Amino acid sequence: MSKKTEGNVYTIGFAIVMVIVVGSLLAFMASSLKPNIKENQRIEKQQNILYAMGVNENDETSANFVSTTVAGQEFAKYIKKQLVIEDGKVTENENAYLIDVKKEKDRAKKGETRRLPLFVGEKDGKTFYVAPIRGKGLWDAIWGYVAMDENMVVQGAYFDHKGETPGLGANIKQRYFMDDFIGEHLMTDSGEFKGITVAKGNNDPTNEDKTDHEVDALAGATITGDGVSAMIKGDLALYVPFFKSLKK
Amino acid sequence: MGILSKKDAALIKDPLFDNNPITIQVLGICSALAITAELKASIVMALSVLFVLGVGNVVISLMRNIIPSKIRIIVQLIVVASLVIIVDLVLKAFAYELSKTLSVFVGLIITNCIIMGRFEAFALGNGPWKSFLDGVGNALGYGVILVIVGFFRELLGSGTLLGFKVLGDPIEKTGLYAIGYENNGFMLLSPMALIVVGIIIWVQRSKNKTLIEEA
Repeated sequence: MSKKTEGNVYTIGFAIVMVIVVGSLLAFMASSLKPNIKENQRIEKQQNILYAMGVNENDETSANFVSTTVAGQEFAKYIKKQLVIEDGKVTENENAYLIDVKKEKDRAKKGETRRLPLFVGEKDGKTFYVAPIRGKGLWDAIWGYVAMDENMVVQGAYFDHKGETPGLGANIKQRYFMDDFIGEHLMTDSGEFKGITVAKGNNDPTNEDKTDHEVDALAGATITGDGVSAMIKGDLALYVPFFKSLKK
Repeated sequence: MGILSKKDAALIKDPLFDNNPITIQVLGICSALAITAELKASIVMALSVLFVLGVGNVVISLMRNIIPSKIRIIVQLIVVASLVIIVDLVLKAFAYELSKTLSVFVGLIITNCIIMGRFEAFALGNGPWKSFLDGVGNALGYGVILVIVGFFRELLGSGTLLGFKVLGDPIEKTGLYAIGYENNGFMLLSPMALIVVGIIIWVQRSKNKTLIEEA
């Protein structure tokens, strides 16, 4: 290496130029690709909600969304109402699906009221209520959508994660895990909210018993599983007053 | 290899076998343990590293005469990190589904010691074409081990390959499971990856005695 690259002035100058070049390149890339990324995330939300209520292209074992090109149409077709529950008051809002659950949770932490989105869908004459949930896994955020009937019996669920371990915690988005929730009751017979626990050793690996409030856990993913239990309990409990008001 | 001279061909072939980054240099072990529970994840990680190491080596090689030696490690880090961020952004914008499957791996590339190792040991002292070959060779050498480990861990741990149930259905007791075969859940945990890598090292060194270091 030649002498001129050893001086302090050169070194600092090089660092400054490098930072400016790399910084502006990355900033340019990020801002020019942002619309595409946002659009992808918007479509994904619609796909997730539709997936939970059973509008999907699943084959025997794998989970497949409706294709991105038709997601918008299908969403308009199946989702009849988008509701926002704020302080017990229910309003309609056609962009409720864009509400960021993470931001709402942060607001609730600060003592402000949290807006709860709920999507009312209809398929084959049945009404589905789809609620978003969000919580913590082992490494990062986990979230999902749970479709319920008016008695808070789960009709379908979709889970996703930001960075759970592949092969272990990441399996919460596998069909065999998500499908286990179908038919499970969130309420006890006496009308209390109990949630669903991801349980080890519930002696029911094929999940015959739908009223035990338990589904079979994933091997090697205890903390992610606990996170799923916690977000179901924590976030869906907030919707209980709404479901009770449906019966009146 | 007709288009490559003998020396150039060695740049690709050596890291595949006799100078493999994982089994001989013992680099990149961390990611090899973490992500090889599934074959698909192993393949994806191998391809990501192939891209970053190939391009990164060329970038560093082109800049090798102007990088101040005092801050060369930081410069190398910036190059890797920027490449990884660019890959991540492009995937998110144009191949969203794929970027979801990749998720954590893209970020993990930065931590791969093979990349910094090749920048430091090779690209800083060689021209762009040679550096490119060296990068591709090392990434392939890394990838081969990853795929082998991923293959055995997924097959023996989950009884599947790329998600297909090749050994039958464990719940409905078909295929191998009908005669009492059970999946070995331990294969899915990281310690078994280390043992599989160990077995590969053992096989490789017993085939080629020159690789055995003097005690």
